[in-house]
Amino acid sequence: MNLELELDQLSGTAAEKIDAAADARALEQLRVELLGKKGSVTELLKQLGGMAPDQRKAFGEKVNRVKQDLSDRLERKSTTLSEAELARKLASQTIDVTLPGRGEAPGALHPVTRTIRRIESIFNSMGFESVQGPEIEDDWHNFQALNIPESHPARAMQDTFYVLDGSRLLRTHTSPVQIRTMKRRQPPIRIICPGRVYRVDFDRTHSPMFHQVEGLYVAENVGLADLKHDLQQFLSLFFERPVEALFRPSYFPFVEPGADVHMRWALPGQEPRWLELLGCGVVHPNVLDAVGIDPERYTGYAFGMGVERLAMLRYGVDDLRLFFNNDLRFLEQFR
Amino acid sequence: MKISENWLREWVNPPVSATALAEKLNMAGLECEAEPLSTDLPEGVVVARILSAAPHPQADRLRVCEVDAGGNQPLTIVCGAANARAGIMVPAALPGARLPGGKVIDKAVLRGVESSGMLCSAVELGLSDKGEGLLELDATASPGELLEKHLGLEDRLFNLELTPNRGDCLSVSGLAREVAALYSMPLKPPAIRPAVVSGLPGKDVIVEDAQGCPHYVGRVVAGLNPKARTPDWMRERLRRSGIRAIHPVVDITNYVLLELGQPMHGFDCAQLAGAVRVRRARAGEKLALLNEQTLSLVPADLVIADNSGPLVLAGVMGGTASGVTDTTTEIFLEAACFDPETVAASGRRHKVLSDSRHRFERGVDPALQRRALERATALVKQICGGEAGPVVEVGRAPQYAATIRLRHPRIERLLGCQIPALEVPELLARLGLETQAEAAGTWRVRVPTHRYDLRIEADLVEEVGRLYGYERIAPRAYAVSLTPFAAPETQLPIDSLRDSLVARGYQEVVTYSFVDPRLQAQLNPGVAAVNLDNPIAETMAAMRTSLWSGLVATWQYNRQRQQKRARLFECGACYAPADDGGTRETLRLGGLAAGNALPEQWGSKPERIVDYYDIKADLSALFGSALDRFAFERGSHPALHPGRCARILRDGNPAGWLGELHPRLVEPLDLSEPVILFELDADAARGVPLPAPAPIPEYPYSRRDLAFELPEAVTAEELVTVVRNAGGALLKTVLPFDLYRGPGLPEGFKSMALGLIFQEHSRTLNIQEVEAAVGDVTAAVLAKLGASVRG
Repeated sequence: MNLELELDQLSGTAAEKIDAAADARALEQLRVELLGKKGSVTELLKQLGGMAPDQRKAFGEKVNRVKQDLSDRLERKSTTLSEAELARKLASQTIDVTLPGRGEAPGALHPVTRTIRRIESIFNSMGFESVQGPEIEDDWHNFQALNIPESHPARAMQDTFYVLDGSRLLRTHTSPVQIRTMKRRQPPIRIICPGRVYRVDFDRTHSPMFHQVEGLYVAENVGLADLKHDLQQFLSLFFERPVEALFRPSYFPFVEPGADVHMRWALPGQEPRWLELLGCGVVHPNVLDAVGIDPERYTGYAFGMGVERLAMLRYGVDDLRLFFNNDLRFLEQFR
Repeated sequence: MKISENWLREWVNPPVSATALAEKLNMAGLECEAEPLSTDLPEGVVVARILSAAPHPQADRLRVCEVDAGGNQPLTIVCGAANARAGIMVPAALPGARLPGGKVIDKAVLRGVESSGMLCSAVELGLSDKGEGLLELDATASPGELLEKHLGLEDRLFNLELTPNRGDCLSVSGLAREVAALYSMPLKPPAIRPAVVSGLPGKDVIVEDAQGCPHYVGRVVAGLNPKARTPDWMRERLRRSGIRAIHPVVDITNYVLLELGQPMHGFDCAQLAGAVRVRRARAGEKLALLNEQTLSLVPADLVIADNSGPLVLAGVMGGTASGVTDTTTEIFLEAACFDPETVAASGRRHKVLSDSRHRFERGVDPALQRRALERATALVKQICGGEAGPVVEVGRAPQYAATIRLRHPRIERLLGCQIPALEVPELLARLGLETQAEAAGTWRVRVPTHRYDLRIEADLVEEVGRLYGYERIAPRAYAVSLTPFAAPETQLPIDSLRDSLVARGYQEVVTYSFVDPRLQAQLNPGVAAVNLDNPIAETMAAMRTSLWSGLVATWQYNRQRQQKRARLFECGACYAPADDGGTRETLRLGGLAAGNALPEQWGSKPERIVDYYDIKADLSALFGSALDRFAFERGSHPALHPGRCARILRDGNPAGWLGELHPRLVEPLDLSEPVILFELDADAARGVPLPAPAPIPEYPYSRRDLAFELPEAVTAEELVTVVRNAGGALLKTVLPFDLYRGPGLPEGFKSMALGLIFQEHSRTLNIQEVEAAVGDVTAAVLAKLGASVRG
């Protein structure tokens, strides 16, 4: 009976010691003391050999139960200790999640590019293909083919930069791209021509270089009604709201009938009023003739809009020069 | 052009406000605004007659005037104007009157004399910007009458910005015709009757160039009173259109120009020698114009001449020699129709602007001359007196400007809406166009001479649409016929190149295509540029040959505004003269990097200045899947650091530059730190292969790292090439991962470490194969580059 008592005492103190173990090392030492080759539980098991068979069975089972209990307890304690250890370690690795991230800062597209992209994406979705062409042009493509002969007073509407020692000029509109496209292809033609254009004019509202997107649609049955629809649609998509647009008769040598489009718009701090936005019209038969398209069979419309003008309205910019000063403090706001 | 509302309403008077009328004109394509005559008119100023003007007893410059201002008693008013004299009619601001600017007149004592008001100049009344002395009024004016009544100041102005095709509306009569058409109202022009012709002789007129001058009429008017004065009503109308009164004859021709749209000229007969001749100028002939310009004429110029030489640049401006003066008593009045192109060319050639040129360039009604001449004759006789000679006429006025066929279906086609066939003749008739039905749905349309701008069917369609109203044309939803399109997949859109740089921290800029030639000569010396004939400024005179001028200027601008770091790029054309005499444009992508490698941030100390390799990595990312088609070889560019400059090759062809701005340029350009520049041919950067993925390897790779001791001159690329060639088919990748210079190496040597990755697709490699390949590599490197494997 001494042994049973010893076993009970051992079991009790061992459990307490295990629970009190401070770290993995102490716990391992306890495991050796209890369950190692010379451990106290092992020692008790060794004494089984000297017992009567009936006693041996009962005591053996009891010792083994205690051994299993202690083993489980050691395992649980080990897990607890390593979790606590990990928690301590991780706590020491805590970072300040509020500090800013590191690395390169984002760049941005220029607002003109951004606006052209938006215009292009809308017209692309309406079936217009984007086409490019040269910026240094000849008189024929920039003027004559567009029904603007040498002495036409409309030439004064577009003051032209000329190239030194030559007859070439900086295009005053992207219309020459329309001419080049029509010379190359037969209708149906549905294109837009974005790009740089140049006029001799420099003040708060005029830049010697600016950007245009012109559009052209030539097919068998195209008229002013189609133009009104497509531009109205474009404006509403571009400004993301229903836009009230007004078509007023106007004059450009390359269209007949011609129109100006005005938009009802409130500038910051002002009452809404009609703002002139772009020019357009039905392609003049002389233009179709000049590029070898039969004006009896095909008709078409054309329009031209200033990119900076749309960008100024869209983003509330009131000084055209901001686009070309390239002040980073301005440009970075278009991130 | 500005026109008085009252004047217009004498011709046609629709029952609407000036604002509504202006709106109607706008909607008809005539850009127009109704403006007040002035926002600040005088109040309570009356007409007064100066009865006497005596010197002021205390002041040399002042006069004491007795004035009849319509009251029972004459008033005493002290006045400083030099032209104050007895007998003239002048405006008087009596006590209580208010002048523009808010000044209220009261009695005042001037140097001891009490003054009961103030006599006014045109400037004081806000009727003119300049001019001295009292405003003299008609001698027939009534003392006491309110000035605004006498001058008809209760008026507004229509300010018109007409498109070049509507020269026919550059007059009261033209505008009135348009208004009458828009409101379907009758026109009430002033009666113009042929003058009674006296027995004066005619003037010989010879038109040598009928193409330049298809119609010419003229007549002598003699016996003019040289003291005649242009009446106030005419002065006021001219003033409202921005024309100053000069001389009754000049004023009358200007008045007719405004009223009818016919530019005219009045010669002093005393200055005319022999016949009046319309001819081309002879080379070298001189002509002194009324604007004090002296022209050297060329044979393309059309002139009006006499035996002594050119007198007038036809349709543009008269000369000083033959103009009317204070002593003129006999004049020759001219009304002619000149060829628009000839007038435009002369005006442009000699840089002369005038109301006459403005109208002739846009066209003048070819049948208007006789009417204008009779109108001017009547006015001259009315104002200056005299008698009229016979009308001399050369050439003929046409009856119609054109006859055009108009097809009803064409209207629907161009406008996209149906306008009933019955309405069309009615709409055109409002404009004075005569229609005659030809066949079903077809008309012959006769265009009156004043609508010379209508030449083809489409012009008539526009007129129909305009009068019908663009706003009534319903938008027509898509019935599109189009050609579908898609860009090739192996050609990246330019936008994706932009996006790649933006994602790596670059800010896009858009700079002018014309740059400062001096800056360009520093950055791209010796490269021929396309130069402008008429630049805005010397610093914007050369078309760019490289994007660097704009990028460097942008960085200068921003550095001066406290910016410390930049990653800039631009995508745009550069221009060069072409061999065929034309020009060549190439789309380029250029960039500039300056300042620290990273934006200022925590945890990146010590900070490092951006270098070549930072930007090379950006370009490598840009090249994407085409990276292995590109090579960076040591190059030499005058704007770049000689030891830090790479020429970029694509498939062995030059495609751009990358390098550090030459230290020699840093200071002159007002920069301080190293600046990295690159420029690429955008098309070269756009081509990418169509992905053709190989099977994924199923067996592991083996890696061996080797460090080579190399002479400094051997480049990484040379080493990699030798290694790659020697490594055999199993060597898949060679990766430089370290570069070392310093202790442990012989002088002039560096150590470069490479990772070699071997792999076989169908099996696991054995050690012997890899060792054999490594052996081949080390042997080749030693043999070809004199480099040994370290430790």
